[in-house]
Amino acid sequence: MAQVLVVTSGKGGVGKTTSTAALGAALAHDGTKVVVIDFDVGLRNLDLVLGAERRVVFDLINVINGVAKLPQALIRDKRLESLYLLPASQTRDKEALTEDGVAKVIEELRTKFDWIICDSPAGIERGATLAMRYADAAIIVTNPEVSSVRDSDRIIGLLDSKTAKAERGERVDKHILITRYHSSRAARGEMLAIDDVLEILSTPLLGVIPESQEVLRASNVGSPVTLNNPQSAPARAYFDVARRLKGERVPMVVPSETKGIFNRLFSRNAA
Amino acid sequence: MSLFGLFRRGSAPIARERLQILLSHERVACGRPDLLSILREEIIAVIGRHASFEPDKVQIKMERGKSVSTLAIELEIPNRDQVLGAVPPSVAARHELL
Repeated sequence: MAQVLVVTSGKGGVGKTTSTAALGAALAHDGTKVVVIDFDVGLRNLDLVLGAERRVVFDLINVINGVAKLPQALIRDKRLESLYLLPASQTRDKEALTEDGVAKVIEELRTKFDWIICDSPAGIERGATLAMRYADAAIIVTNPEVSSVRDSDRIIGLLDSKTAKAERGERVDKHILITRYHSSRAARGEMLAIDDVLEILSTPLLGVIPESQEVLRASNVGSPVTLNNPQSAPARAYFDVARRLKGERVPMVVPSETKGIFNRLFSRNAA
Repeated sequence: MSLFGLFRRGSAPIARERLQILLSHERVACGRPDLLSILREEIIAVIGRHASFEPDKVQIKMERGKSVSTLAIELEIPNRDQVLGAVPPSVAARHELL
């Protein structure tokens, strides 16, 4: 049974696209079929982070408009054969994104893939609301910083009211993914701690991605951090998240940059 | 800064307090009141029967601990107004001397 995930945040620049690419690759690592969809019409970037920017021929809008069939627009990753990208249009107006069109594309993808990951644009406009519209579960990417937490709270409100599931009286499973986390700064009280963020947002934790230069290094070369340096701290954190998404119970730790040493934060498991 | 702030260093406790206060207001505005904002409205109504004060001068914070959680209510009551009745003992109201 296919799972539709939305990676969302409200605020820009917190790591939605990075997380979509890293999780897509981590989930597809064992041959699970994964498609990542870029919903940022006019400002696409998932293609660039995945290193597929020169292979885009057709996009999501072309499929919705009937210009191309879905298989023509899907780009298979060169490193992982079960990972696919459905890019956003760089030129079209985001008004071309229609609710019925998105519904049809998601329905068709559900028959072909195990995981459908929708990379939401920032904001709460059409692209963002359509990215979350048909989601079964949501990953709310949050930086331990006031404006990001506030925007996440707003997005949680939208997930509870504006999604197809919410309108049917069901619930979208919501999870917090904290990114750019500095354990030491949080310990010194200079940065909101994990528990602070979870308490304020009253939403369970899916994982914590430590701040790392590996993330920028991976995007520089167009490779998800989980493929570019699987042993790095952020990659190990993303692999843990992927295992939790697949239903495994993985202790909640923040991997540190020193290889093999884990900073045990708390023994609580992800909900 | 609240009492809790005294036991923690850095600016993170301030961020946390500001967010708690801001979001309890914003959630009401977006039509999804949480426990804290419901408590806030009801506490204001109860104390309002016995004393007059600015609703904006009420700060309600919740600190969740492993075994116990604490609810702190900070309320500014102007001195010129007479406090008509006793404030319930469970309510730790702080009278600011103006």
